Formats: sequence, structure tokens, C-alpha cells
Amino acid sequence: MKKHIYLVMGLFGFAALFTGCGNGNQGKGSSGALNSSNAEKVYVAPGEHDEFYAFMSGGYSGNLTVYGLPSGRMFKEIPVFSQFPTSGYGYSEETKPMLNTSHGFVPWDDSHHPDISQTNGELDGRWIFINGNNTPRIARISLTTFETEEIIEVPNSAGNHSSSFVTENSEYVVAGTRFSVPIPQRDMPIKEYKGNFQGALSFISVDPEHGHMDIKFQIIMPGFNYDLSHPGRGKSHGWFFFTTYNTEEASTLQEVNSSQNDKDFIAAINWKKVEEYVNNGGGTKMAANYAHNVYDESTHTATSTMKKEVLTVNPIDIPGAVFFLPTPKSPHGCDVDPTGQYIIGNGKLSADLTIHSFDNMIAAIEGKKFDGEAYGIPILKFEDVLAGTVKSGGLGPLHTEFDAEGNAYTTFFISSEVVKWKLGTWEVIDRKPTYYSVGHLMIPGGNSRKPFGKYVVALNKITKDRYLPVGPEMEHSAQIYDISGEKMELLYDFPTHGEPHYAAGIPAELLAPKSTKFYKLSDNKHPYATLGAADSKVVRDGKDVHIYMSTIRSHFTPDNIEGVKVGDKVYFHVTNQEQDFDVPHGFAVIGANTSELLVMPGQTKTIIWEPKKVGVWPFYCTDFCSALHQEMQGYIRVSPANSNIDLSWSLGE
Amino acid sequence: MKNASLIMIIAPLLLLGLFAFPLWNIMLGAPQYPEPLGMNIHITGIKGVSEFDLQNIDGLNHYIGMKTIPKPGEMWEFNVFPKVIIGMVVLGVLIGLLGFFEKVSYKLFLGWFVLMSVLGVLGMYDFNEWLTDYGSNLDPHAIIKVTNLDGTPMTYKPPLFGNQEMLNFDVTSLPSIGAYMMFLGMTLTLVASYLGWKNGQDAEKQ
Repeated sequence: MKKHIYLVMGLFGFAALFTGCGNGNQGKGSSGALNSSNAEKVYVAPGEHDEFYAFMSGGYSGNLTVYGLPSGRMFKEIPVFSQFPTSGYGYSEETKPMLNTSHGFVPWDDSHHPDISQTNGELDGRWIFINGNNTPRIARISLTTFETEEIIEVPNSAGNHSSSFVTENSEYVVAGTRFSVPIPQRDMPIKEYKGNFQGALSFISVDPEHGHMDIKFQIIMPGFNYDLSHPGRGKSHGWFFFTTYNTEEASTLQEVNSSQNDKDFIAAINWKKVEEYVNNGGGTKMAANYAHNVYDESTHTATSTMKKEVLTVNPIDIPGAVFFLPTPKSPHGCDVDPTGQYIIGNGKLSADLTIHSFDNMIAAIEGKKFDGEAYGIPILKFEDVLAGTVKSGGLGPLHTEFDAEGNAYTTFFISSEVVKWKLGTWEVIDRKPTYYSVGHLMIPGGNSRKPFGKYVVALNKITKDRYLPVGPEMEHSAQIYDISGEKMELLYDFPTHGEPHYAAGIPAELLAPKSTKFYKLSDNKHPYATLGAADSKVVRDGKDVHIYMSTIRSHFTPDNIEGVKVGDKVYFHVTNQEQDFDVPHGFAVIGANTSELLVMPGQTKTIIWEPKKVGVWPFYCTDFCSALHQEMQGYIRVSPANSNIDLSWSLGE
Repeated sequence: MKNASLIMIIAPLLLLGLFAFPLWNIMLGAPQYPEPLGMNIHITGIKGVSEFDLQNIDGLNHYIGMKTIPKPGEMWEFNVFPKVIIGMVVLGVLIGLLGFFEKVSYKLFLGWFVLMSVLGVLGMYDFNEWLTDYGSNLDPHAIIKVTNLDGTPMTYKPPLFGNQEMLNFDVTSLPSIGAYMMFLGMTLTLVASYLGWKNGQDAEKQ
């Protein structure tokens, strides 16, 4: 059986290779005039800026990386779910609470699908959301500071994969479970999965002013795997669509056992109806335990609160709220076109794409044309909702994005290509190979009512020989294509960090002007801030020693500290006094069991140092801050535990 | 003489622009400062072009031992200059009014212009003295001491007018809106003087 599948894949691979070679000369080894004009298209002259920001999920890095398009240059790695020693995120006392969960401190996750906040279905550039897949969490990142501001854990979820997609006005960021699990969790035999496990789809409200997240309700669905999702938009605003697989409800060897049904479902959720139901007192409050972590920009400090309750909804209690749309071959990506009319199911074990029509779906619902039900949820007839099928000629369709001209672009993992096709006529217009085995793709605004088009970026799963070899482990590979013409043109190839799943792109002009340059010291409300060198001090509280330290080019105040003893817990609270763009100071002390601190102007950060040895130990600035950076250093004297040396501190004496 | 007097009444009022707009502007660009730091010199004090520019200029200047940029209370000029300007405005308007009612001749218009010019030159001289002191009266313990080719210590006096390179900085010093309004006002008093003179000539011819 397995051998047979590989053989089929191999054949399709060959087919793709042939069509790939025949279609264009963008492949390796090509040269000439075409390539030189392509070079100009991605060339951003020194000092010039890119046209788009691209936010790439970091996959198993747990973070989010910021790139420029079309250059493919990386600007920043934003720490989200993973400890980041570069800045001290997750190591500093201020940011450790960001990684708190009901499982304790979880310093890593698998980040998947970034999505930028929207207003009226268009990117508004306020925040970007991303999901942690492993220990289910949703993060909100500010697009003015480009820092993670909030993380909420999602209870009753496991494998937070059909996440984190926002509704048309960012009313909700939605998080669906990939694994169904016992809800609530309990000790039971795994083989009793069928009929007992369930899948939670969480609708997390987003405060329109501050962006603060709160789980408004969870829809407790049958025990399928909820793979990916996208919101309705325009006419379908108020609906949300989720692909499912494993409608077989298998609990073992899913590779085979979840691939038996010819059709799985796309779940269509009328969330406005559910919202109305819960606003009128519907739903059941369930005991839960999940972390809500919020970073406060004025105190530069995060707090973690455990929430103890979540509102759950049984879909069969709300007639007309949830329907199943049969969709062939374990659909993966679930994408909605800019008009909101078409819902695309990318049947990953198929050669074809299934496109459902929102109008057809509404007509079928109104005509009550059901084809049975699953766990009380009506199943619509496949033929009634189908708008069309794209006979692609590729294999393994995964994800689809859109341009503003009524075209769709779908990735094919197995045949390793991007296929451009026309919405409505379903004809294939163009196809180009990717290197290799593309997963997601991204068009700036390609998941909104207003795509910006111009480029598509293919985010590949396999790199192999695309770059100079660096041993068995390497970065992933991305390609950028010009999509401004009828045919796509491969422009450039660049490595990406971690394993980017989805990505989100936005015109630079929407973000660049409002990017924070530095934090105002006068706004710093950190309880251990030093708001001027004169306020520097060292305070002992039992075994705890708090050092209120200020930094300015190029010295620490104080830079000589005595009276600390072995066994003390020393808190270095470092405040950067600078008020200028791009003048961070770093702080590192010998033997610290944490990371360095990288402190932005106006900011306060804290690390704990627990000296174990008597001696005089140096600390220094880790960021080359000025011509006298090397002089930015100091000493802390550590005396035996039983010594009676008084605390003292000084600078320049 | 009526027209000349009306101009003479209005022209000194343009000096009031000095209370709203800077007299002079000094911008400091460097490789590390693609967006230059800048200071606006008002008659009431020195302000940064951006919120933290003065703090950042002082921060950089401490390396070469320059004094910090004076606060309004630290220089008598910021106390006296506004009073002089108010005095000159009142005087000018008064002269214009008296001219309007034919109590004084155009010669007083010219007199106001000459007095204002003398005060202006004195002001510029004083400003230049301060720049010289600011740029050359350096802390002997400065972190960075640079010498000229002839062995004398390098000084950092910003130019009074125009552009000059100082270490890594490219310094441009030019009059600003307040000064242009003042120049315009002064020029108009010259026009008023001329019209007044011409008026007298015409009257003589008739």
C-alpha cells in the first residue's frame, strides 16, 4: 500500500519536473537578459527601503521573523513563544511571565500562522497575531513596537493549528484544535476516542482599543481534526470556515486510517449566531485553568493571570449555527476569496481543488437540503454547495491566496509548484516550480478583501541544494515571484529562519511611519526604574539585593558595588537613560545562569544573579554603544556569606 | 506720508514673529545621524528641533568637553532680548502713528531702522561670542582631545552662518523664520522711510 503511494508520488514528481522545465527558464542554470531584469526587480539600493513588510512565522523557532519584500532581507526576529537570549526575552524578570502556562513555564512553542488585524476586511496594521501550536496559545504582537504584548493560553485545545485568523473587523481571533481530546481532560482508554473525544473551536475577542484578548466562547465540536480556517468576508462576514480531516475519528496510524473517507468536511460556523446566543445567556460555563499574560509597555513588565472558567457552546443547541460541507480528500488549507463568495478546500491527497459557493451554501441551508447529519450537525449536499473544481494537473494542493484581479494562487506540495488559476472559470493560467515542496504561500493582503498583489512568496519545506551546504541541518527556503503580469516570474530565492508556515505581508507605508523609535524615560513606570543617574542605589532586603542601575554612553551608575555576599540573590535592574534612536545598552555579568539583557532607550530590564564564589567579578555592556563602549564596565565584589562588609556603591570615586 | 506711516506701523509688528518662531537654526548631521540633530535658537531660549535633540547634543558634546547647552535662566540674553524686541516694536509703532498724524518726519523711520540695525549687529556679535565660548572653552578632562595640525587644541565653534565640518558632524547654521520676519520688517521700515522721503520731495515740487 505504502509503496504504491510513493510510486504515484514519484510519477507526479516527474510530471512536475517536465512541465517545470518546459514552462520557463527560471530554473537553476538559466542566465541572460531575463535574469538581469529580475535582479533589478529585487534590488533595493543601499539605504533604500523595501516596499512590503513580510512577517514569517518561525515554526519550531517559536518566534516571528520580519523580512522586507522584494529584497528578502531579514530585519528582526520577534521573540514570541520562545526564550530569546539575544534580548533577554523569557529570561528577564519582566518577560518570564509571558511564557507562563497551566503547564508551568513553557519556554518554546511551534508558531504557525501570523495574521494582521483588519478593519472592514482590510489590513489595518495595528497588531499581528500568531498561534503556538504545541501548548495551545495565541499571541498578539504590537506593530508599533514590534514586540509581543499578550499571550493567552487556549484550554480544551491540543495542537492549536487552525489558528490564528482574524475576522473582518478583528472582532475575534480564532483558534481551532487540530487534535481532538477528552473535554474536559480525563483518564480514559485511547481506543475509545470515537464518539468521546471532541474538538474545541475558540473565538477570542479582541478589545478594539487595546487589543486585549479574552475567550468569548468555545464551540465543542465532534472529534475530528480541525486543520485550517479562514473567516468569511464581505457577504460571508459573520461566518468562519474550518477544514477537517480524520472524520473517521481514528486514534492510531492516522496516516492510513484518517485517509479512508473519500470526503471530509469543511465546517461552516455562523459565529454571529453563536455570539448572539451567548450574549443572551446561552452556553455552559466550564471549569478551566489557563494563563493570560499581558505585557505593559509603561512598566515594561508582563503579568500572568490564571483564568479559571471558559464558556462552552454545544453546536446542536443553536440551530442554524453550524453546517458541514463535504470536501474531498482530507482538505488542508481553507481559504476564502476577497469577495467572500468562494471557499476553497485544498484536498491534500487530491489533484483537484474544491471550491464551494457561499451563495449556494446559503440557498441549500434555506432549502433545508441536507444529506444526513454528523453528531446532530447537518451535512449539506456536496453538489449543492459546489461552485467548481480546478483540474490543476498538480498533486497535493495545500494553500491558496489571492490577488486583486480575481486570480487565485495555490501551492502544490507533492508536485512542488505554484499554480495560478482564475476564480469563476476555474481555468489554470500558469504554473511555476518551487524549490522544493512548497507549503504555504503569501501575497501581501492576500487573505483580506484588499490584496495588494505584486508578489507571491512560496515558503518551502525542503531546501536541499538551494544554498551553500551547511551540514545536515539548514534553514528553509523561500522564493519570490512577480505576479504583476499574466505569467508568474521567479525573481529570487532566500533562506528563512525556523520553519515558516504561513506569513503575512503588508505595505511598508502602513507600518513604517508609526514604528516606535525609543521609549520615553518620563513614561517609565517600572517599580525598579532608575530615572536619573542620581537615583541609582543598592538596597538590601534580607538575602535579596536590588541594584538600581542606570546606563548612558558609556558608563554604568554605579560601576563599583561592594557588600554583596555569597548566597545573596542580586537583582540587576538596568535602566537605559538614552533618549535617542538605536542606542541600546547591554548588560552581562560573569557566571549569570540566565542571558544578557539588551535594554532599549527608556526601558528597564532585570536579571537575577546568584553569586556562588567569593571574588571581584566584572560586568559589562554587550552592545557596542559608543567609541568608549569597551570602557563601559564595572566590578561587583562578593564577600563570604558571614562577612560584615556594608553595602556601598559608587561611580568615579 | 499716510501710506509710508501705515507701513511704518505694520512693519515693526513683524518682529513679534520672534516670539513664535526661532531666530536661528543649527543642524548637526553625521553618518550616525541620517536624521540630523538640531537646535532652534529663540530669543527666549534654545530648543531642540526634536524632543530629545538638546539632551542628545549634550550627550555627544560631553566627549569633547563642551559645556551643556544653556537653559533660559543661564544666559542674560534670554531675559533681555525679548524686552528689547518689545521695546523696539512699541517704539516703531509709536513712530508710525506719530508719522500718520504728521507729528514726525520720515527721518525718525530711518532712525528706527538704524537703531534696530545697531542692536541687531550687537546681538549677532554677542551670539558669536557665545558660540566661540561654547565651542572653545572646553573641559580639560574631556574624554576626546583632538589637536589641529599645528598642535593647538581643536575647537568646536559652530559657524555663525553657513556650513562647516566638525569631526564627524556636518554643521549648518542659518537664520530661521523669526529672523526672516525681522529682516522683512526692517526692510519695510526702509521702504516706509523712502516713501516718506519721496512724499516730501513730491510735496516740495508742487
